[in-house]
Amino acid sequence: MGARSSHAAVIPDADGIRRETGFSQASLLRLHHRFRALDGNNKGYLSRTDLQQIGALAVNPLGDRIIDSFFPDGNQRVDFSGFVRILAHFRPVEEEDPAMRDPKQPEPLNSRMNKLRFAFQLYDLDRDGKISRHEMLQVLRLMVGVQVTEEQLESIADRTVQEADEDGDGAVSFLEFTKSLEKMNVEQKMSIRILK
Amino acid sequence: MLGRWSGSFFWLVPSPSFRPQFLQFEISVEAFPSLRENGVVAAEETTQEPGAPGEHPPGLALFRWQWHEVEAPYLVALWILVASLAKIVFHLSRKVTSLVPESCLLILLGLVLGGIVLAVAKKAEYQLEPGTFFLFLLPPIVLDSGYFMPSRLFFDNLGAILTYAVVGTLWNAFTTGAALWGLRQAGFVASRVQAGLLDFLLFGSLISAVDPVAVLAVFEEVHVNETLFIIVFGESLLNDAVTVVLYKVCNSFVEMGSANVQAADYLKGVASLFVVSLGGAAVGLVFAFLLALTTRFTKRVRIIEPLLVFLLAYAAYLTAEMASLSAILAVTMCGLGCKKYVEANISHKSRTAVKYTMKTLASCAETVIFMLLGISAVDSSKWAWDSGLVLGTLIFILFFRALGVVLQTWVLNQFRLVPLDKIDQVVMSYGGLRGAVAFALVILLDRTKVPAKDYFVATTIVVVFFTVIVQGLTIKPLVKWLKVKRSEHHKPTLNQELHEHTFDHILAAVEDVVGHHGYHYWRDRWEQFDKKYLSQLLMRRSAYRIRDQIWDVYYRLNIRDAISFVDQGGHVLSSTGLTLPSMPSRNSVAETSVTNLLRESGSGACLDLQVIDTVRSGRDREDAAMHHLLCGGLYKPRRRYKASCSRHFISEDAQERQDKEVFQQNMKRRLESFKSTKHNICFTKSKPRPHKAGRKKKDGVANAEAINGKPPRDLGFQDTAAVILNVESEEEEEEESDSSETEKEDDEGIIFVARATSEVLQEGKVSGSLELCPSPRVIPPSPTCAEKELPWKSGQGDLAVYVSSETTKIVPVDMQMGWNQSISSLESLASPPCTQATTLTRLPPRQQDAEEPQALLDLSSDPHPSFAFPPSLAKAGRSRSESSADIPQQQELQPLMGHKDHTHLSPGTATSHWCIHFNRGARL
Repeated sequence: MGARSSHAAVIPDADGIRRETGFSQASLLRLHHRFRALDGNNKGYLSRTDLQQIGALAVNPLGDRIIDSFFPDGNQRVDFSGFVRILAHFRPVEEEDPAMRDPKQPEPLNSRMNKLRFAFQLYDLDRDGKISRHEMLQVLRLMVGVQVTEEQLESIADRTVQEADEDGDGAVSFLEFTKSLEKMNVEQKMSIRILK
Repeated sequence: MLGRWSGSFFWLVPSPSFRPQFLQFEISVEAFPSLRENGVVAAEETTQEPGAPGEHPPGLALFRWQWHEVEAPYLVALWILVASLAKIVFHLSRKVTSLVPESCLLILLGLVLGGIVLAVAKKAEYQLEPGTFFLFLLPPIVLDSGYFMPSRLFFDNLGAILTYAVVGTLWNAFTTGAALWGLRQAGFVASRVQAGLLDFLLFGSLISAVDPVAVLAVFEEVHVNETLFIIVFGESLLNDAVTVVLYKVCNSFVEMGSANVQAADYLKGVASLFVVSLGGAAVGLVFAFLLALTTRFTKRVRIIEPLLVFLLAYAAYLTAEMASLSAILAVTMCGLGCKKYVEANISHKSRTAVKYTMKTLASCAETVIFMLLGISAVDSSKWAWDSGLVLGTLIFILFFRALGVVLQTWVLNQFRLVPLDKIDQVVMSYGGLRGAVAFALVILLDRTKVPAKDYFVATTIVVVFFTVIVQGLTIKPLVKWLKVKRSEHHKPTLNQELHEHTFDHILAAVEDVVGHHGYHYWRDRWEQFDKKYLSQLLMRRSAYRIRDQIWDVYYRLNIRDAISFVDQGGHVLSSTGLTLPSMPSRNSVAETSVTNLLRESGSGACLDLQVIDTVRSGRDREDAAMHHLLCGGLYKPRRRYKASCSRHFISEDAQERQDKEVFQQNMKRRLESFKSTKHNICFTKSKPRPHKAGRKKKDGVANAEAINGKPPRDLGFQDTAAVILNVESEEEEEEESDSSETEKEDDEGIIFVARATSEVLQEGKVSGSLELCPSPRVIPPSPTCAEKELPWKSGQGDLAVYVSSETTKIVPVDMQMGWNQSISSLESLASPPCTQATTLTRLPPRQQDAEEPQALLDLSSDPHPSFAFPPSLAKAGRSRSESSADIPQQQELQPLMGHKDHTHLSPGTATSHWCIHFNRGARL
């Protein structure tokens, strides 16, 4: 126990991070351990190349985009709190949360909306708040097998955009995005149990 | 066992077609009793009898009564028939079936029938034989459930399912057995029940397993949420291995006598659990692999595809049974494992065939099982009643099931993302139905070794009846009362599918980042492995693409759109923009306009528009434009669909390709027109031309001819029209008419009856695009105008109009059949050719004359005067080269077809046909 708490002391501003992200002490330690393992030469931050070295990420079709999401606003490095903040999106939602939560407090990072927002910004490359047809096509190209022709991809993209597009601007706004997923159990599908 | 099987297998060979294959299964069921009595040879004689009279009677008998030769199969067929008729009767009243599960009704029916049989024959007959049950009745049900198991859901909950199946079953068996033994020791069970601890454990092991048949029968009607369903149902399937092992181990211990059991035997018992379960699963996976691989090479022999699925799955079952592994597990894994690849490989029709045959067999087997259960219960000679034992068993299985579920759930919830709540646990405990497996196992007991067998039989029957009837009856109200989350069916949307995939990838990536190799990590790994190696190996190249799930959803949405589009009258192009029925949020104004409906269906006999005078005039504009659009784009079949008599060959591959093309092109077209509608570009014109009578189309959806990079719309309507001549087709038609009456209409062209006004035409030229999109904004509705534009208006009265008021469709009488077919063929893409006669429809000559100058104008002003042809020529040529290999094949495979037919099968001739039209067109 003593070793643990001394370990926790290594994490800068551990309490602040916990308050913001809702992670338990144990998970935070775990993540910090992982963070330092990723951080090749003890820089205290992670760079893109650190994350790109994770083997499985390279084959993930969305790997690059997910790496990018760790580096918002064109930053080239992410420190531990930034790292944890991103991962906090995937914390499971506790059932009793909405009733107990103080309405004045900001929405927790793992709320449905924030989970969706995270997914949305993976599509929205130019950060204009809209998934254009072009952006949709790019995602589809990543996701759909090579056997589907470009032409078919385009029609799928068209169709997908149209399906969600309600105001007729030919792009999917965040609102439309959430609406198209309103029947889906996002809380469950965007959570990882281990990140309690 | 294998000997018997090979006996019936022998009969499969001469007639590898779909129907005989289904019959075969019946025959194997039927043949079984006689097989048991007389051995294989006798069975072969029995089944052979209808075809070839075996012996030569001394004198020529005019009439011979041969009941004994057909008795066994005849009786089985009769029983199945009775069961099916009973099902029909039950379902006559919706109220009864909504309250009482079918399985209860069937058991009760079986009781009644058994009573009748007992009263008439004075002895109990037609009982559930364990051999019949395990070899013939159980496999189809398990295959059905394995094959149609939602695999994603199954694997998402695999941990819970395995826990309940293994730990839960062990727990139930031991606690129930031990508690009953305690009851016996305490004197609550009469001492005439001669059973020791091992006997009770044996009984506990057979009574403890939740039965897949019973669970499926009840839960399918209850509609609890998917997670709950998959857990209970998955448990019932997977616990088979545990049940089999426990049963066998206990049985051999009992036979050895408890004194002789050594410690090594216990260890062997534990080891056999792994051998039986993993072995069974491995057998299933091996056969799944074989099955997938085999179907990869069935392109030329589509007809045996469904047969292969059943044969190999059954072979998996029998192989596992032979090696005394868990056969249920083998079939489940086989179905689960092969589905993805098989579905991709086999043709659409085979898919439908597999689906229906599987469902038919499963439901048939289920019906028979429950009915025979009822009948078997009547036989009192097997019974020996002991109230203490019966009551004790009932209470214990309920109590220990509930306790086991609670304990296991508590442990599981520590690891589950979404914990199972109390209500789920109640349903899971209460849903532990026992069924025919337990009954068959208890019947199999050896009375000399297990002296209390009769008591066990009685108890098992009571337990099965209690769980199926009482729990089956009450579980629905219970679920309602507890407000268990029901399953909700919503239509899949492309967005959901896409985003779901995104989420999966995100989660896998996050697990990578976190460095935790959890479920998502391994699933992602598996998917990559599958994509890289397995799918490459097991799917044929052409099928590979279609299996992409996003594409799959897209494809299905298109089909559904097309269907509902047709259903609601094809009102897609309207001033409000595109309304695709599958798009959830759009307020689609489901107005009916017959023309669009007729057009879009493309089905038919009648493409004429003269049928409507009920349509409001404002709509007529749109109709006209829609008409032009569709006319211009209607897919011209290059070959005809034949009524094939060959049993070796049903489908033509080209046909499916054509179907797919039809959908793709159609959707592309609609999307394009949607875009242009939105941007308020428009217009087109197209120049309608009176032409040939309605063409039959199987796919029922309009399609573009042009696919080689050119917008299909460039295929100006007028161009096509200008070069197609009905004179030609009529001549041909007459030639054909004597030979094949039913087919002659098939080759007819499309009637082009609408004309565009010059104003529209000009707009089209100005816009420079040949986009065909009508909009009321551009064409103000006016009756006069409409009349001008809708030439069929003047032709009113030529046709009888049939208005079907129960739907919003207005369909001319002579189209009804084609209409229905086109809708159904959308679903299956596999309906027989529409052979209905076309009563249509030449345009009034007056109109033709009126159009003449306009046609010339069109031809001269059109920027691509010759475009109509290149696409279709190019396409025909392309398809010829593609299918040239198929032609000889088809001829070979269709020996029964007339000589003339080949002309229609070969795209080459279709091309020349078009050429002739072209020439004639120039003359015109």
